[in-house]
Amino acid sequence: MTALLTRRKVLAGMGVLGLGLLAGCDTRGQLSYKYGKDLSNKIMGRTFKLKNTDGETMTLSSFRGMMPMVFFGFTQCPAVCPTTLARAAKIKKLMGADGDRLQVIFISLDPERDTPEILDAYMKAFDPTFVALYGTLEETAATAKEFDVFYEKVPAGDTYTISHTATSYVYDSNGGLRLGLSTSLSAEQCTEDLLTVMEVC
Amino acid sequence: MQPVLNHIKHAVIGFSLLGLAFQATAATKVDDAWVRATVPTQSASGAFMTLTADSDSKLLSVATPVAKDVQIHEMTMKNDVMSMGPVKFVELPAGKAVKLDPNGYHVMLMGLTGQLKEGESVPLTLTVENAKGEKETIEVKAPVRALTNMEGHDHSKMH
Repeated sequence: MTALLTRRKVLAGMGVLGLGLLAGCDTRGQLSYKYGKDLSNKIMGRTFKLKNTDGETMTLSSFRGMMPMVFFGFTQCPAVCPTTLARAAKIKKLMGADGDRLQVIFISLDPERDTPEILDAYMKAFDPTFVALYGTLEETAATAKEFDVFYEKVPAGDTYTISHTATSYVYDSNGGLRLGLSTSLSAEQCTEDLLTVMEVC
Repeated sequence: MQPVLNHIKHAVIGFSLLGLAFQATAATKVDDAWVRATVPTQSASGAFMTLTADSDSKLLSVATPVAKDVQIHEMTMKNDVMSMGPVKFVELPAGKAVKLDPNGYHVMLMGLTGQLKEGESVPLTLTVENAKGEKETIEVKAPVRALTNMEGHDHSKMH
């Protein structure tokens, strides 16, 4: 009898704990990050609709249950884009088993030159689980606007390069925006903050 | 010893045969040159290196047979916005090692003639001009390193 009661109490306790965890997911702005910028009071990326390299339409909710880390760039970019993707690959490794829940998403700002084939090969060079998304020029502009991402073409000879916001945007597994990671942070620093997000969701 | 002899030889040839004094001032050192690998049909990549000139000079241009157009670009970061654009030259102050790396100046190889694969090497021809207006050309063989190379992302020293 006593044993049964105790078991009930334990079960009830677990229930309360579970509720607490769920509530934690919805309570925004309560995490403190050591390096990244808390973006939990911002609303970004709720409505974008872009294609992946298999031609499937993807939205933020396509990645529900994962922790998406979104980054904008273009594959002709020789510096910050490959180094940020290489950092993301390193972060995923540093996170160990938790890294399986990190979904790196690269959104192309250069759909005219970034064909699905190039994007696919480019992502796979870093990590086979990385996803690249692209849209029409209008969809790209709308998505960038939604993320408050600045980008502009810079003429370079008879071609162009692109200046752009290089922040990585991190969501929790319920699709709540959490964290902005600057390019100046190391993989180790990012990992620490990402694990903080993961503790809650 | 050998390189010094070579320099003297160049100098002698320069003065006596061609009368081109600037050949004797061959004086810009290129270290750690590398080019980032590409995926198939990717049309642009970057070349990186460290340059040290022994007198105040400028890097004017870079040429390579693997790209139709080569430009020197400067990357700047402000409020986490990465800005990139062509520059006319890169200042090489006397004795100072100037890094062309993913955090600053770099050489853009545009209109690549083919995929750049890790392990290959890319010939680069640099043109440097000193304060007297004398031009020097330097030939470099830059190895192609992995697309995923993180060189230039060591920010730990900044904090």
